Amino acid sequence: MKSLLRWESALAVLLVLVVVVGSAATGGIFLTGRGAFNVGSDLAVMALIALPLTLVIVAAEIDLSVASVLGLSSALMGALWNEGWPLEAILPVVIIVGALCGAVNGFLVTKLGLPSLAVTIGSLALYRGLAFVVLGDQAVADFPDSYTQFGTTPVPGTWIPYPILLFAVLAVVFGLLLHATTFGRAVFAIGANEEAARFSGIRVKRIKFILFVLTGAVAALAGIVYTLRFASARADNGTGLELEVVTAVLLGGVSIFGGRGTIGGVILAALVLGGLTDALIVDDIATEVVKLVTGLLLLASVFAPAVTQRMSRGTP
Amino acid sequence: MAVTAIRELGILIALAVVVAVTTIVNPLFLSGQGIRDLLLNACLVALLTVGQTMVVITRNVDLSVGSVLGLSAFVTADTFAVNPVLAVVVGIVVGALCGLFNGALVGLGKVPSLVVTLGTLSVFRGLDFMWAHGRQINAANLPDGFLALGSGSVLGIPYLVIITLIVLGIVALHLGSYRSGRELYAIGSNPEAAVLAGIPVGRRVFTTFLLSGTIAGLAGVLAVARYGTVDATVGNGLELQVISAVVVGGVAIFGGSGTVAGAALGALLLSTIGSALEVVHIAQFWQQAITGALLIGAIALDRSVALRVAARMRRQSRGVSA
Amino acid sequence: MEVALAEVSKSFGAVRALREVSLTLTPGRAHALLGENGAGKSTLIKVLAGVHRPDGGQLLVDGEPTRFASPADAKAAGVAVIYQEPTLFGDLSVAENVAMGRHPTRRGGMVDTAAMREQAELLFERLGVDIDPKRPARGLSIADQQLVEIAKALSSDARVIIMDEPTAALSGTEVARLFGVVGALREHGAAVLFVSHRIDEVFELCQDATVLRDGGFVWSGPLSEQTPDGVVRLMVGRDLDALFPKQDVEAGDTALEVRRLTREGVFTDVSFDVRAGEILALAGLVGAGRSEIARAVFGVDKPDGGEVLVRGKRIRPGSPGAAMAAGIGFVPEDRRQQGLVLAASIERNAALASLNRLSRLGFLRSSAERSLARDWAVKLQLKFSRLTDPVGVLSGGNQQKVVLAKWLSRQPKILIVDEPTRGIDVGTKAEVHRLLSELAAQGVAILMISSELPEVLGMADRVLVVREGRLVGEFSRAEADEERIVLAATGVAAG
Repeated sequence: MKSLLRWESALAVLLVLVVVVGSAATGGIFLTGRGAFNVGSDLAVMALIALPLTLVIVAAEIDLSVASVLGLSSALMGALWNEGWPLEAILPVVIIVGALCGAVNGFLVTKLGLPSLAVTIGSLALYRGLAFVVLGDQAVADFPDSYTQFGTTPVPGTWIPYPILLFAVLAVVFGLLLHATTFGRAVFAIGANEEAARFSGIRVKRIKFILFVLTGAVAALAGIVYTLRFASARADNGTGLELEVVTAVLLGGVSIFGGRGTIGGVILAALVLGGLTDALIVDDIATEVVKLVTGLLLLASVFAPAVTQRMSRGTP
Repeated sequence: MAVTAIRELGILIALAVVVAVTTIVNPLFLSGQGIRDLLLNACLVALLTVGQTMVVITRNVDLSVGSVLGLSAFVTADTFAVNPVLAVVVGIVVGALCGLFNGALVGLGKVPSLVVTLGTLSVFRGLDFMWAHGRQINAANLPDGFLALGSGSVLGIPYLVIITLIVLGIVALHLGSYRSGRELYAIGSNPEAAVLAGIPVGRRVFTTFLLSGTIAGLAGVLAVARYGTVDATVGNGLELQVISAVVVGGVAIFGGSGTVAGAALGALLLSTIGSALEVVHIAQFWQQAITGALLIGAIALDRSVALRVAARMRRQSRGVSA
Repeated sequence: MEVALAEVSKSFGAVRALREVSLTLTPGRAHALLGENGAGKSTLIKVLAGVHRPDGGQLLVDGEPTRFASPADAKAAGVAVIYQEPTLFGDLSVAENVAMGRHPTRRGGMVDTAAMREQAELLFERLGVDIDPKRPARGLSIADQQLVEIAKALSSDARVIIMDEPTAALSGTEVARLFGVVGALREHGAAVLFVSHRIDEVFELCQDATVLRDGGFVWSGPLSEQTPDGVVRLMVGRDLDALFPKQDVEAGDTALEVRRLTREGVFTDVSFDVRAGEILALAGLVGAGRSEIARAVFGVDKPDGGEVLVRGKRIRPGSPGAAMAAGIGFVPEDRRQQGLVLAASIERNAALASLNRLSRLGFLRSSAERSLARDWAVKLQLKFSRLTDPVGVLSGGNQQKVVLAKWLSRQPKILIVDEPTRGIDVGTKAEVHRLLSELAAQGVAILMISSELPEVLGMADRVLVVREGRLVGEFSRAEADEERIVLAATGVAAG
């Protein structure tokens, strides 16, 4: 617990640093309302998916297929819109399909006992492939303004993006779910020692299944947000986003071995990562370099615990 | 032994079915040129599966191979202006350095290779983009002699195929008949017991990552020769096909069993399916979905077979003594 | 080669697993390592095997102080260990398992598969066993796996061979065969360290012995100076009767009925009842299927057939939740792996089986969680500094108290305890026994599994003996004695 708090304080310091350096590098754009709006809009999608994925990783599983579910939901949105469906019908269908994608992952992991790593590498390819099957390589961009405004304009009278509002609501929901409910307590127990959890009457498989379904549904929701933000439904939307999401979760202090982590830490990490990404992009550094930095952050966040552990073991 | 043979036979049958059905639709599919194209298309992925097989046998995974290939390809293409021989060497060395980095991180940090190589996947790709800086190198910038390596053949067998087979043969021999190769199976089969048996687990795992990187570097060099045009996106997403081929080819994702020959057959099957889709006019988009479905299907199949065997043995063990 | 330990100590955190232990392994002699569970035998073996480095004292090889930095070092020095849990590579052939790390090679370094098989065949011949070197190791019986391990040790020319409870899971004929092998090893001049719980076996096989108790050194010397009773007294170090204070309770109605429970290949056609206020013990050898029966009753494993009834009502098989709802509690065999989440706090562990009762609308009331933990910590006299400390820092006995708190706080009507006092100190042991006795007096039906015969004899109202997955004997408290139980458990008369 104590080390987690220290981790979160470090993240908070890092966040301040990112804001300060980012503002300096961008000539203060960062701190303007419009700048903050952009940063918030950009990071909301990644941050949304990080929430359920936090629970999955705390339970010592992983889901690498999230970005593909996002792509599939975006493609499905476009395809159904082309078919003339109203958005009011499309949105729930898309979220249900996302939940189904998660259910397939969950079924393979819990019923067949397959490692989630291998399963979700497979479904990463499968769902992205299906996204292309659904929509091909076209882009659907004629969504009505009344909807795309959700992604392109702030809440009236403020600079708060709607997606961030959505994220804030879900962050509270997932924060409570993980930290204040029996469900969350069971998730921690499963991640720290699955066998002991089972011997305590915790329904391990059912809980894991639910986590995968939740992750699929939220990834689909993130796909909708992504599509509205860029007013463009494409099968390749969000390709490679799993890297950022996993990085945010691990940078947030969640142990890759399960059993440890907080939603608060992940929220901070998502802000750091999102801020950093925007600072670099505003500064005209290519998106791929951002990926490089993200990769380094991922490596750093898994190595920091290993290194500090080794050091603290040296001086007991 | 028998189990892997059955798996390889299964892949061959699947391959035969795919080829047969496609040939009925379009007889040219099985012409001399058609077969050559099939083999050429499978080569790069097959080469990468050779390194990946070693890694997976030790119960690890290397997600960075596509990025290593891309980085090596661009550096190679760029170095040609200086010296062609140097370019080939540099390409392979770049791959080796990437592998060394992966191996050191996995070995030192006691961090799952999945996370390490997910990180290096984007780190190496980022380096590739920084190096390329938006440029593209075309066949016109490359010497013809080198491009011949990608398209030429001896006795009708393309050079690329020959190189792939040589690498595959060496690694197959190493895995099958050398102590250090056999120890990789021991590590994947039972890591704790491998330590107790005095096997230098850390060093062996390090070496497999080094070799996987080196082979990906070589594949990068060959990718330049094959395609002639190089930008920073070469090999993007290739890791999915590679891992899928390895698993479809009968290498257990839990480590401990599998052969490079099986994995290479898996690569051939996947790329043949891809070519077949083209011939029978099914959208290319299906290929990625099929890759994923095959990967999931293969591990599910492996798992259910393993469970059934375990259940049978459980019954027998008591049946005899009781 | 002579290997000796001189005043070796080893601690894990606050737990002192070994304290100044000395022993000498002499070529041509078999040396028994004796002690109750948790006495430090495994730690001592791992020091000799190079897995653990001692914190104090010395390891001597032929009188020279030596350090084994890794298992590889110990192996190179000629020390081979046959662990209780065999360490084979399931995917590889038997021959390759024997050869691993020292494959025979042809010129150029290629592995010589034919020579490898031949070598394994020769070794099996020497051991007088018939195992196909070409088959994969996966699926071998425990006895055959041990023989492969012994062949492995022989192939590496081990001069010191350590066997950790090799007979625990073996049948009578398999034990006889193993003894023949050990005799042959001694004749070839090897030193053997032999860990066993069966005193008769030790006197039959070994010349020397070392006794450990609670990590401390008790006695080492030639067995000719000792009697079996004397050795047991050294191991236990206390008056037996005083420790097992089961009060006589008038047994009430039948609380738990197990009907024809079967799990294929594990146990077959198991039926028994436990009445309120009764302690029923399942005795038998390690691996006989006792823990597996308990797991199936509780629903952690799903049985293939049969049923479990609680006060006449059938409970859903394969569901720990259903068993818990019916009032069953389960203190499992492996405390660290199955009983506790070591990294989590004392209070979280204590509350882990009661989450639903401690919540409102799914939200956990942390005050309720804390007060549950505090109440039980007092009742069970738990020694701790803060309830928020991870349970992993507690001693074995206190960890067991947390597991007990976890289940007792649910006020179970039926309590299954699997090896309830394994690896805990003598004082806590007595507390646990008193507690079980009190629970029985309050009308709880207790199903106890124990490998310690004194515990079984002292605590149980009735003893069922399990052998190879079947119930083979039932003894009332008056009938039960050590000899009858051992006879039923092994199918052979005790020493």
